[in-house]
Amino acid sequence: TKYGGKYTVTLIPGDGIGQETAAAVKTIFRAANVPVEWEQLDVTGYTQEGDLLFKQSVDSLVRNKVALKGILYTPISKLGHQSFNVAMRKDLDIYASLVIIKNLKGCPARHKNVDFAIIRENTEGEYSGLEHQSYPGVVESVKIVTRTKTERIARFAFDFALKFGRKKVTCVHKANIMKLGDGLFLNTCREVAKDYKSSGIEFDDMIVDNCSMQLVSKPQQFDVMVMPNLYGNIVSNVGAALVGGAGIIPGANIGREYVIFEPGCRHVGKDIQGNNTANPTALILSGVMMLQHLGLNDYANRISNAVYKTIESGSARTHDMGGASTTTDFTLAVISNL
Amino acid sequence: EFSGKKNDNGNYTVTLIPGDGIGPEISDSVQRIYKAAGVPIDWEPVNVTPELRNGRTVIPEEALNSVKKNTIALKGPLATPIGKGHVSLNLTLRRIFNLFANVRPCKSVVGYKTPYDDVNTVLIRENTEGEYSGIEHTVVDGVVQSFKLITRDASERCARYAFTHARDIGRNRVTAIHKANIMKLSDGLFLEACNDVAKDFPDIQFDDVLLDRACLHIVQDPSRYSSTVMVMPNLYGDILSDMCAGLIGGLGLTPSGNIGRDASIFEAVHGTAPDIAGKDLANPTALLLSSIMMLRHMHLNPYADSIEKAVLDTIAEGKVLTRDLGGKASNTEFTNQIINNLKN
Ligand SMILES: Nc1ncnc2c1ncn2[C@@H]1O[C@H](COP(=O)(O)OP(=O)(O)OP(=O)(O)O)[C@@H](O)[C@H]1O
Ligand SMILES: Nc1ncnc2c1ncn2[C@@H]1O[C@H](COP(=O)(O)OP(=O)(O)OP(=O)(O)O)[C@@H](O)[C@H]1O
Ligand SMILES: [Mg+2]
Ligand SMILES: [Mg+2]
Repeated sequence: TKYGGKYTVTLIPGDGIGQETAAAVKTIFRAANVPVEWEQLDVTGYTQEGDLLFKQSVDSLVRNKVALKGILYTPISKLGHQSFNVAMRKDLDIYASLVIIKNLKGCPARHKNVDFAIIRENTEGEYSGLEHQSYPGVVESVKIVTRTKTERIARFAFDFALKFGRKKVTCVHKANIMKLGDGLFLNTCREVAKDYKSSGIEFDDMIVDNCSMQLVSKPQQFDVMVMPNLYGNIVSNVGAALVGGAGIIPGANIGREYVIFEPGCRHVGKDIQGNNTANPTALILSGVMMLQHLGLNDYANRISNAVYKTIESGSARTHDMGGASTTTDFTLAVISNL
Repeated sequence: EFSGKKNDNGNYTVTLIPGDGIGPEISDSVQRIYKAAGVPIDWEPVNVTPELRNGRTVIPEEALNSVKKNTIALKGPLATPIGKGHVSLNLTLRRIFNLFANVRPCKSVVGYKTPYDDVNTVLIRENTEGEYSGIEHTVVDGVVQSFKLITRDASERCARYAFTHARDIGRNRVTAIHKANIMKLSDGLFLEACNDVAKDFPDIQFDDVLLDRACLHIVQDPSRYSSTVMVMPNLYGDILSDMCAGLIGGLGLTPSGNIGRDASIFEAVHGTAPDIAGKDLANPTALLLSSIMMLRHMHLNPYADSIEKAVLDTIAEGKVLTRDLGGKASNTEFTNQIINNLKN
């Protein structure tokens, strides 16, 4: 929401490295005089179902329509609450996850010339949360695929390709085994592809196991990829690893009314929490995507250029990029490059 | 545990399923190399081309009996018949012999350059249930439910094999890979089964990692996984085993073993390569490496070691390589070179 030339945006730093990286974003935005007012909620996943702060976070997002968010911890125990991250996306129908995998100049990586977009259905598939024990020691978990939601995500992928001048959309699936479920996903993508044929966008498909092999051997072949929920989780992490890791990959979750910008690999980063070693790039660039979404392109460009320059020149490099700079050092370097 | 007995010749009899396409050529290479190395194995070649019986397509009785009797088989690639009514042969073999775990080790091959030269992963995939349960239905037009089935029995059996295998290959850690934060009951049950089995193996450490984190870490730095044995449900295993194969240069270099209750079948996981079949161009390495796993399973380690050394030396020398490895040699020439290297 916009008041007096300023945008109010929900900020959910999240668990793990959330506070550190969110602090970096706030400092940089302030230095760049970005007209954004944060409504910060320090909600955590280390809590119970029905957490009040979590409810308030959702309310805040509903008010502001836009959020910048880190990742909330999800307990593994079956007694623990369902993922707050997933709940937000599902309840508010924030259906499309967009993650861009691209080499950053100056960031060490095993693969070069990688540049593809992962578009992932965010609200159904394996994340339905429908599970039951039909007999002691026998559990079934339901994966849901619907034509409506598949068509919506497929259109999102093709529209994205059109808008950003990309040439090819690849559907990733396992329709040879899940003939009905993934079959519906694949066939729906094929149908949608027909509508975009005249705009010259190529369509193909790849089975997810082969895809994971291709990703680590010839990642340059991919352009736009569209897939069900779980495969998106895998592909975005494999993709990140190709170009330098979780610390540099931004992401956006886009719905009809609400948009959440959050790091593309969705990691809590508990192992490096509080060390001041996290790479804030993923969250800063997620913030840049947010500025573009708000139409604040000049600010977006200024900040992203400062980040690129910092990494390319090596003036500050965090541990994951092979350096020894702290999160704070990196942040200050970005500011001096603004 | 391999329970085969020696035959009257003092050798073990092993069923050989040469397979389709390039299958017969690469099986032939393996047989020549084994002969040269003096491996105490008598091959029993069988044909698994489905035949029609009582209106159903089935695997020939003779082939099934051979595997049943020998409890061990080496298998080339099989063409998947196209069209209705054909169940995949691989799936059929898996069901008949209760092949519950698939083992896929991936190790960087010196002389075959990829962006990764530090891969040494071992992955165990649960092979009988999970997302491959085949239970699916259309609720109403445009709405499909696919069921993933996880049982305690299958999970425990697979976990137990993972721990046993870790011990066999001298690794002191097992890592379960799962998504139990999202699939709390199903992956939760798999994880719980692993945890329980771990108690029976106090000499082996146990830990677990979320699927996404494992993908990130393996592809970023595979050496992080070089001292553990990964174990996971079916679909994750399918995806990650091919991913690890990709790290070392593809399916042409990766062995695979299917461990079962009634038999174990070692196989090349690449396709039948119809484009080069019959032209003496195929690379037998994957089948050969699978057969080496088989030898170790049979406790014939000295033979496994010497053949493995000969094939890896041949690739590392880089003088006589098949086309897929960047050389010009025929399968026969490559095989001859391995046999030469056996003598060194
Ligand atoms: N911004 C970042 N900068 C540097 N490393 C990061 C960043 N984000 C994630 N990572 C790394 O990516 C890996 C995956 O993070 P993950 O959240 O899975 O770790 P964790 O929180 O310790 O484990 P869990 O998810 O089980 O709680 C970790 O090694 C983490 O340190
Ligand atoms: N052992 C091998 N040696 C040399 N080249 C191989 C080998 N296996 C596969 N290839 C090559 O890799 C490519 C893909 O192989 P693959 O066997 O999967 O073919 P395919 O047409 O998919 O067969 P299938 O239908 O049996 O899967 C082919 O071009 C083939 O020539
Ligand atoms: Mg596979
Ligand atoms: Mg094939």
